[in-house]
Amino acid sequence: MNVDNPTWMIIPILLPLTAGLLCFLFHRKTFAIVLSAVLANFMAACFLTGQLLTFGHMRYSMGGWQAPLGITLRTDGPAVLMLLMTGVTGLAITLYARGYFSFRIDDPGRTERHQHQQRYFWPLWMLLLSGLNGLFLSNDIFNLYITLEIIGISAASLAALSGKPAALLASFRYLLTSLLGSLTFLLGIVFLYKSCGVLDLDLLRNLTEHGPGVRAALALMSVGLLLKTALVPMHFWLPPAHANALAPVSAILSALVIKGSFYLLFRLWFEVFASAITTAALNVMGTLGSVAILWGAIQAIRQHRLKLMVAYSTVSQLGYLFIAFPLSRTADNAQVWSIVIFMAMAHACAKSAMFMSAGTIFLHFGHDRIRDLTGVRASLPITVFAYGIAGVTLMGLPPSGAFIAKWLLLSSALASSQWWWALVIVAGSVMAMIYVFRVISRFIVIPEGFSSQKLGYHSRLLEWPALALAMISLLLGLAAPWPLHILARGSHDLTQILPGGLP
Amino acid sequence: MNWQQLLLVFILLSSLIPGIIIFGMPEEKHRLRTVFNLCGATVKIALIVVMDIGIYLGHTFEIRIPLIPGVELLLNGDPLSALFATLSSVLWLLTTIYAVGYLEGSPNRSHFFGYFSLCVTVTIGIALSGNLVTFLLFYEMLTLTTYPLVIHRGTGKALRAGRNYLIYAFSSGAVFLVAVIWLQNVVGPVDFSAAGFSPLFTNSHSTVLMLIFMLLILGVGVKAALVPLHGWLPQAMIAPAPVSSLLHAVAVVKAGAFGIVRIVLDVYGAQNLLLLGILPLLGGIATITILYGSLRALQQDNLKRLLAFSTISQVSYIALGMSLVDQPLAVIGGLVHLVHQGLMKITLFFCAGNLAETLGIHHISKMDGVARRMPLTMTAFTIGALGMIGIPPTVGFVSKWYLGLGSLAAGNWWLLGVLAVSSLLNGCYFLPILTRAWFGKQQGPWPEELHTGRFETRLMLLLPPLITAFTVLAAGAVANAQISPLSWVRFIVKEYGL
Amino acid sequence: MITTQIYSITGLLLFGMGLFTLIVHSHPLRKILAVNVMSTGVFLILIATAYTPLGQGEVDPVPHAMVLTGIVVSVSVTALALILSCRVQETSNRDLLREKPVAETAKECTR
Repeated sequence: MNVDNPTWMIIPILLPLTAGLLCFLFHRKTFAIVLSAVLANFMAACFLTGQLLTFGHMRYSMGGWQAPLGITLRTDGPAVLMLLMTGVTGLAITLYARGYFSFRIDDPGRTERHQHQQRYFWPLWMLLLSGLNGLFLSNDIFNLYITLEIIGISAASLAALSGKPAALLASFRYLLTSLLGSLTFLLGIVFLYKSCGVLDLDLLRNLTEHGPGVRAALALMSVGLLLKTALVPMHFWLPPAHANALAPVSAILSALVIKGSFYLLFRLWFEVFASAITTAALNVMGTLGSVAILWGAIQAIRQHRLKLMVAYSTVSQLGYLFIAFPLSRTADNAQVWSIVIFMAMAHACAKSAMFMSAGTIFLHFGHDRIRDLTGVRASLPITVFAYGIAGVTLMGLPPSGAFIAKWLLLSSALASSQWWWALVIVAGSVMAMIYVFRVISRFIVIPEGFSSQKLGYHSRLLEWPALALAMISLLLGLAAPWPLHILARGSHDLTQILPGGLP
Repeated sequence: MNWQQLLLVFILLSSLIPGIIIFGMPEEKHRLRTVFNLCGATVKIALIVVMDIGIYLGHTFEIRIPLIPGVELLLNGDPLSALFATLSSVLWLLTTIYAVGYLEGSPNRSHFFGYFSLCVTVTIGIALSGNLVTFLLFYEMLTLTTYPLVIHRGTGKALRAGRNYLIYAFSSGAVFLVAVIWLQNVVGPVDFSAAGFSPLFTNSHSTVLMLIFMLLILGVGVKAALVPLHGWLPQAMIAPAPVSSLLHAVAVVKAGAFGIVRIVLDVYGAQNLLLLGILPLLGGIATITILYGSLRALQQDNLKRLLAFSTISQVSYIALGMSLVDQPLAVIGGLVHLVHQGLMKITLFFCAGNLAETLGIHHISKMDGVARRMPLTMTAFTIGALGMIGIPPTVGFVSKWYLGLGSLAAGNWWLLGVLAVSSLLNGCYFLPILTRAWFGKQQGPWPEELHTGRFETRLMLLLPPLITAFTVLAAGAVANAQISPLSWVRFIVKEYGL
Repeated sequence: MITTQIYSITGLLLFGMGLFTLIVHSHPLRKILAVNVMSTGVFLILIATAYTPLGQGEVDPVPHAMVLTGIVVSVSVTALALILSCRVQETSNRDLLREKPVAETAKECTR
């Protein structure tokens, strides 16, 4: 088969889907199936990146049906980077989930129940992965709605997997919210179709007239996606759903699922309908983002439970993604994309590492009350180290990927004299320091006369994937030229990345 | 990659690798850990000496790693970084020896020495930084790696001190970040170079540049413990003695002072600063800090707390020297004090640690007659204290002499007065300690006496302060020799063309 | 033209009613039904878009395909939501149909 054949694009969607179906058929070999699917998915993402670098962005019409009637897929810089992010994080989460479930199944009390959970985890996770990859690759707005629904359904089921009352209730609310979001999105699509008559994103972009119908459609779709992205004040469903789920599920939800709807929102605003966006709308997004940063951080500081704290920190970190909106007026498109991509990638790696570490601690100590977690380092040094490194990324210290994003944000904020955004960013970083170190200082301190809890044997898979992801998030900043190169190569209208900020 | 770049990499790795190995090492392997530590420290000194010679012979040491357009990491060995790197690496070796002796028998040593090594790696990184971004990177990492050391004891007090340290350090780090980005927006990417940024500023930017300068100084001023940003330092003395030595003499406070030097000499450059006319502000802050630190030190009874306030006061001599950047003599005085203060302060902290560890003495009021029990330690302490006061032939005299000459040359008589008053105050709080220790009469048994055999205390605790005390004397006595901190500083100043 | 508008406005009304119920009522079953009403509203508008008066050109097939897909999605989501709310009911003492805790319902039954 030709290397430049765009048919390859369908692999990241089909492969996890097939693996998920096979999981139902072969109960005994689920992990082998899933692992090979995730590995192949990662390799496919790498391959698509290679293709993108060689041939530029590509389109593939599924089944040979051309747009406007057919559904198209396409790769460009941001899409490929998101695929890579999903590939890497997904691989680590899969390995961690293996360690997590085998640890729980070894626990003699509830073997059957945990086996049951594991059996359903794998296919649902594969379905979710397929939906995510579809979301990143689709170029058809109705198809995007379908992927959103697939993600929503599988994510809600995953969140319910732990079976505890709190988790079930949270997952029910999550499902309803996500449904409300996708129905609003669908209504937006209906409006769009009424006014434009096409669904393909490329065709939509070429429209120059943006009547009231398109504006209403965009507003509806944005609200729907914001609901799914959990931007303050629509974040109410996120902390309980993320904090009560099983650890690998929390990692998936916080790291990947939210990024999916955000990515779509960002593409709609800055690629498809860029000319219809008003300054006021951008400022509203920026303001909501600032509120999210501060409110999420305050809530994170106030939490007593580790997983809830991590979940609120997600609410806070999402705000940075939205502060990029108002800065787009002065910064060039490429810079805004790189801010968002770096922030998303760093946060995905760091947050999943954090949830994995929190999960490992929960497994061993049976609770996650921050107050009673003194001296965890003595028993789980690697986990605590991974947690700390991930925390450094959340604080946006160099050389993490989040630092690059914050640098670009601050640079464009100062260059355009919008210093208030800079203030929010700085305040957010300091508050992140407080909530990260409030926990870490407990973990690493060993008071006199402290006897460390002797832990039973556990698989290395519980500790090392988290550390690997944390290190990736920390060192992402050093590898910054590569993502920038991919972004520059594969985007539609971005021919070069300009140095930011020089007046 | 040429040999100069490899050398820079190996200089960083020589403490990073032992650090990582030590983290993974079981707690019981004391000997192996010590071997790793000392090997790393020795190799590091050797490599840095090679770099010093290379710099003297005019080789360039430079690694550039581009990140995003306009932002790159730059490691660069210039005479100034050689000064700081040499100081840190030598004092690190001594502190490691001391720490091995000090922590004998205490728990969690793997953890401690692991962070200790990382901390030195980062400090050398600060020394080698070639631009503000790299400096910022290592500066933030320094906070991260010293924090576990500050809270090592795990008591509530230590945790509170650590919390304050973090809040001070990271808030200032955030301010620093904003200042760096802002500066870059105004004048473009700035590498550390003798001329400062070019082109010279135009009037339209002068207010902004002054503001940025203040923000930058605010950013590094917290670690340099300039009043009123010094609050964390006296609290952090709760940490074990080797950590205090590290904070005060090797890494943290020094990194702040070194940052001030870099900002004044390399980022802005003498010419720009003189045109901006902002230096008197820096001089004023330094003066206030010198006097305030000494006055507060007078009131202390806790020995380590006294030393902490004395550090606040002494480190500001460096800032004072920088505020007279047009006077080469003052710059020499300030730069050489970077080394001299480190030597003296580390001696004093080693001795204070010895008193606490061997006899359980933490307070000056309990020190009566202690010199008879521990004569060698107190001799070292006396040399350090006399150096602080500035009595010849110690190194303290050399620094103050050059600073005084510099302020005379600048026609700043009041600065001379400040130096005199400060020396007087130094005398006021150090001399009573010395008389107490040497001529006082022992009152009852020592609080917790440790029986240590042949020497007055463990050999590993005794050797480092003796060595540093000897250096305090020797470097002062032969200050004009070919190899001395002073002559290297003269070399630096010549490079800057002052 | 009028026909399309009537259907569209009815669809919007349905969407609004569903949204209102979803937000105002706390009862799980009502919420699920509300979501269903909302999706029906959206489908109604979609179908109305496809409407062309007899003999005035061809009927646009795309909305029909979209509605069909949407119905499939909506059915499966409803099933999932129902199962979840049943589980919530089993594990906590909340009744699916009555807005009272199970304990009270049980008391009423015994009375």
